[in-house]
Amino acid sequence: MPVQFLVAKIAGEILPKACFAAASDAARECQIRFTSVCPLRRFCLVCLASICGSRLEFEVIDKRVKSVEEAVAGIRDGSTVLVAGFGIVGVADHLLEALHDQGAKDLTIVANNSGNGDYGLARLINSGRVRKVICSYPRSGDYSAFLNAYKAKTLELELVPQGTISERMRAAAAGLGGFFSPVSAHTKLAEGKETREIDGRLHVFEKPLRGDVALLKANKADRWGNLTYLKSARNFNPVMAMAAELSIVEVDEMVDLGALDPEAVATPGVFIDRVVVVGGNA
Amino acid sequence: MTSPAYTRLTRDQMAWRAAQDLPEGCFVNLGIGIPTLAASYVPAGREVIFHSENGVIGLGPKPKPGEEDPNITDAGKNLSTLVTGGCYVHHADAFLMIRGGHLDVSLLGAFEVSETGDLANWTTEDPAFPPGVGGAMDLAVGAREIRVLMAHTHKSGSPRILKRCSLPLTAPGVVKRIYTDLAVIDVTAKGLMVLEMIPGMTLELLQTMTEPKLHLAESWQTLAPPQAMAA
Repeated sequence: MPVQFLVAKIAGEILPKACFAAASDAARECQIRFTSVCPLRRFCLVCLASICGSRLEFEVIDKRVKSVEEAVAGIRDGSTVLVAGFGIVGVADHLLEALHDQGAKDLTIVANNSGNGDYGLARLINSGRVRKVICSYPRSGDYSAFLNAYKAKTLELELVPQGTISERMRAAAAGLGGFFSPVSAHTKLAEGKETREIDGRLHVFEKPLRGDVALLKANKADRWGNLTYLKSARNFNPVMAMAAELSIVEVDEMVDLGALDPEAVATPGVFIDRVVVVGGNA
Repeated sequence: MTSPAYTRLTRDQMAWRAAQDLPEGCFVNLGIGIPTLAASYVPAGREVIFHSENGVIGLGPKPKPGEEDPNITDAGKNLSTLVTGGCYVHHADAFLMIRGGHLDVSLLGAFEVSETGDLANWTTEDPAFPPGVGGAMDLAVGAREIRVLMAHTHKSGSPRILKRCSLPLTAPGVVKRIYTDLAVIDVTAKGLMVLEMIPGMTLELLQTMTEPKLHLAESWQTLAPPQAMAA
């Protein structure tokens, strides 16, 4: 709900006009969190201090963190990490490098491909941090890191059709318990899965796929975490942003709240937890 | 040893041939490999919208030197362009388009195709060569029509058009047309129908390179792409 609407609604009912003006100004300046100490906690704002006499705190929503180290702090061993990108486009390589330095291990990686060269995801694999990769197409670019681990059988591969990966994450984000898809019916990839004939066509049951963490790459962000992307670098980013407990994004540029065209925001900030600027603007 | 009395089509010539069949206004996905090349050979003046699985709606030709944008690639991760009127969607929507029957045609590469249109293009089962399904299974069941572009035989000369695929299937009974470096063949209820053959090719010779029985369409034609692409 827009804060000013809330202010107007409260003000119209219980607050004197002068108080409303002050509250309205305050509301314009910041997004206000209702404090738990106020007995009227559903209402908040400066003016209520004079009514309930409680301590009031103002907190703005600010997802920004100062460094990539801070951005990946707390990622635990054994996490399922959603790694956005298609080939080398739209991949959060700075965050992946920081995750490598952070040291989390026994990771399950969900990604379309399996990393390139010896940086980012490939470096995590080369360092033995990855237990399992869930992907659609590991053979992309220089995938030697994956190939070596795959041949040495130190890395488990779960091969999933590309649209099934994205839809399984979307289902998790949407609070669904899975879905039936005709994709992979009558093939080896459907072995062991529940099937059902729907309108004369065989469908395969697919479970939702949720991440503990999503590592995302966007172009611009504001402090609420609203995101815009560049061209096909959008790819898996929006759906992964929605499907993880902790969604972390690296961006090229931070802009003021209100500077992003609301029509162009592809990921609303409600899905984002941490934003860090990387590259030339860091 | 005599050289054959025919010259196999190049990859570009195969892509050119497939592009000629794309109707005005259709919405088409191009798989990786030879299909990607088809974007460059749509007849001038014909509007076809190319879908790329990574969310590019209106994929254009290769960028001109100096105009490359690292954020626009095709499904094969090659640098590409967006046509005027094109736009971007995220992955879940790109595959909604694929699965939901919104694509008119998908051109795919293949390892093997059967006489009933079974498609095998995701794994060779070689332990040293990890499988990669990508968007192939989604496209195979989702696009309204699947057309395959592939070399007619393996390098060893053994056929890739088989009675039954030897490799694990991508989807059964989905391929409608096969463009090879020797012929254009339709998969029909009556069997494989040869629509076109390259100059110097005969049905008898083609049959020796194809496992299931071939039928020659009454109105069959010579398959003769522009020679300029032969290089």
